[in-house]
Amino acid sequence: MKAHGTVHKYGDNVDTDVIIPARYLNTSSHKELASHCMEDIDIDFTKKVKDGDIMVAEKNFGCGSSREHAPIAIKASGISCVIASTFARIFYRNSINIGLPILECDAAAKEIKAGDDVEVDFDTGVITDNTTGKTYQAEPFPPFIQGIIKDGGLINHVTKQA
Amino acid sequence: MGMTMSQKILAAHAGLDSVKAGQLIEANLDMVLGNDITSPVAINVFNDGNASSVFDNSKIAMVMDHFTPNKDIKAAEQCAQVRRFADKYDIKNFFDVGQMGIEHALLPEKGLVGPGSLCIGADSHTCTYGALGAFSTGVGSTDMAAGMISGKAWFKVPSAIKFVLTGKPAPFISGKDVILHIIGKIGVDGALYRSMEFFGDGLQYLNIDDRLCIANMAIEAGAKNGIFPVDDITREYIKDRFKGEPKEYFADDDAEYDEEYVIDLSTLRPTVAFPHLPENARTVDEIGETEVKIDQAVIGSCTNGRISDLRAAAEILKGKKVAKGVRCIIIPGTQNVYLQAMHEGLFDIFIEAGAVVSTPTCGPCLGGHMGILAKGEKAISTTNRNFVGRMGHVESEVYLASPAVAAASAVKGYITDPAKV
Repeated sequence: MKAHGTVHKYGDNVDTDVIIPARYLNTSSHKELASHCMEDIDIDFTKKVKDGDIMVAEKNFGCGSSREHAPIAIKASGISCVIASTFARIFYRNSINIGLPILECDAAAKEIKAGDDVEVDFDTGVITDNTTGKTYQAEPFPPFIQGIIKDGGLINHVTKQA
Repeated sequence: MGMTMSQKILAAHAGLDSVKAGQLIEANLDMVLGNDITSPVAINVFNDGNASSVFDNSKIAMVMDHFTPNKDIKAAEQCAQVRRFADKYDIKNFFDVGQMGIEHALLPEKGLVGPGSLCIGADSHTCTYGALGAFSTGVGSTDMAAGMISGKAWFKVPSAIKFVLTGKPAPFISGKDVILHIIGKIGVDGALYRSMEFFGDGLQYLNIDDRLCIANMAIEAGAKNGIFPVDDITREYIKDRFKGEPKEYFADDDAEYDEEYVIDLSTLRPTVAFPHLPENARTVDEIGETEVKIDQAVIGSCTNGRISDLRAAAEILKGKKVAKGVRCIIIPGTQNVYLQAMHEGLFDIFIEAGAVVSTPTCGPCLGGHMGILAKGEKAISTTNRNFVGRMGHVESEVYLASPAVAAASAVKGYITDPAKV
């Protein structure tokens, strides 16, 4: 599995309130949530994002609320992968559970710039910045989590076991 | 190698003699929680997974607290969806308007969580119940759905940070000042993926409401959970209340901690977290007398909506008036807190001071309703987050503080030391 797209870049501590403001949590419609994604930090995001694009941020991405609406909004906006130095733990779980690929890679998170053309190979964890020609190695998922991803998310994983 | 309190509870619920940090386990759950925002997403996942039953209808709680009483048609539809689900599966702990309170004030009060419990909740502040010696952590809606189906959840066993609290806090110093001080010290990702475990002779001066407040904000340091050892204060609180069998877990003498902090509570000062992160902590002594003019004061939430919090606010507001130009909104956490405050005469104090008293709701904390900020407005709030746009307009600001600081600031019109009112 691979991802290939243009980078949207953010800094440290991107919280779930800016990813999807609570005023829009009166719906669980993926499309509607996506239409307000990143609104309070990057008002033009929904206009410029294209299918397959990649989001890159620095430390503690997704901190704050447990709202699964946050990774849902990012995924439904067309983002194929999020790369960060570190993720807040609930966001990390939620992303795996809903099938939004995320990768922790500090060097890539720091060096990759907005607008770069980036490719990600999820099988190897290799991130390639085609704009700069640099490659990075992300931490692979532990086998347990790979199992959840392979089953297509947590619910399939749980119902398969039952 | 010994285990921490958190590790012992996880091991017991995974049917293992011992666990170690980093280990992936599957554990049995005592309580699975959701609210009116996160339950609809969980119910969709539950239905998409073709589930037809819940693991135990007495071990699931659904609390309609965020956008209730319904703030708009969409919020009403979400509550209606949860209500139908609760009815269909006979969910015993479904709390609707009239019975509901703010979930993390309500569940401890109702005795649905207690010492040794393992709880997950589709709300990040589920970590609150660690105050009672439970392992409790926030998850998302898919985890909630899987928990409702299977009664289980997977966990990566966390390592931990030890906080030794010593000394006696001065007047006006509450659990809120303790946790804002700690987050100011370690940062919003200072405890990322880890447990925060609290120890020390200072714990005797922290009542249950202080401890619930401290554990509540463990997530604001990125922690997986915050936990207190069970003592007489806990035992007294859960007596005739906790519906389960309390089990007390204490850390082994040789339990391994990544880091240790010693905090002398007697040296703490009233503390305020400035926008836009809870780590931006400053004591009131570091804030100029007319530095931060406020438009609103909010006293309530899952962090500070309990009876001690309302008493602390009333102590300051008694016989005084809220400053001109300040809206002071007081939100008791549960119906019981509401009744208790009413019977103690606290509402007379609040209303005579010019404050308003709301029904229990999360409301303004997450910018839902009941006190949204306009562009450029500033609020002092006893809530737990001060992110960009958290309480309203993207250019509004939230300053986090204790009920005493919030009430004192409401009287002055500026953020102030409660001793100066």
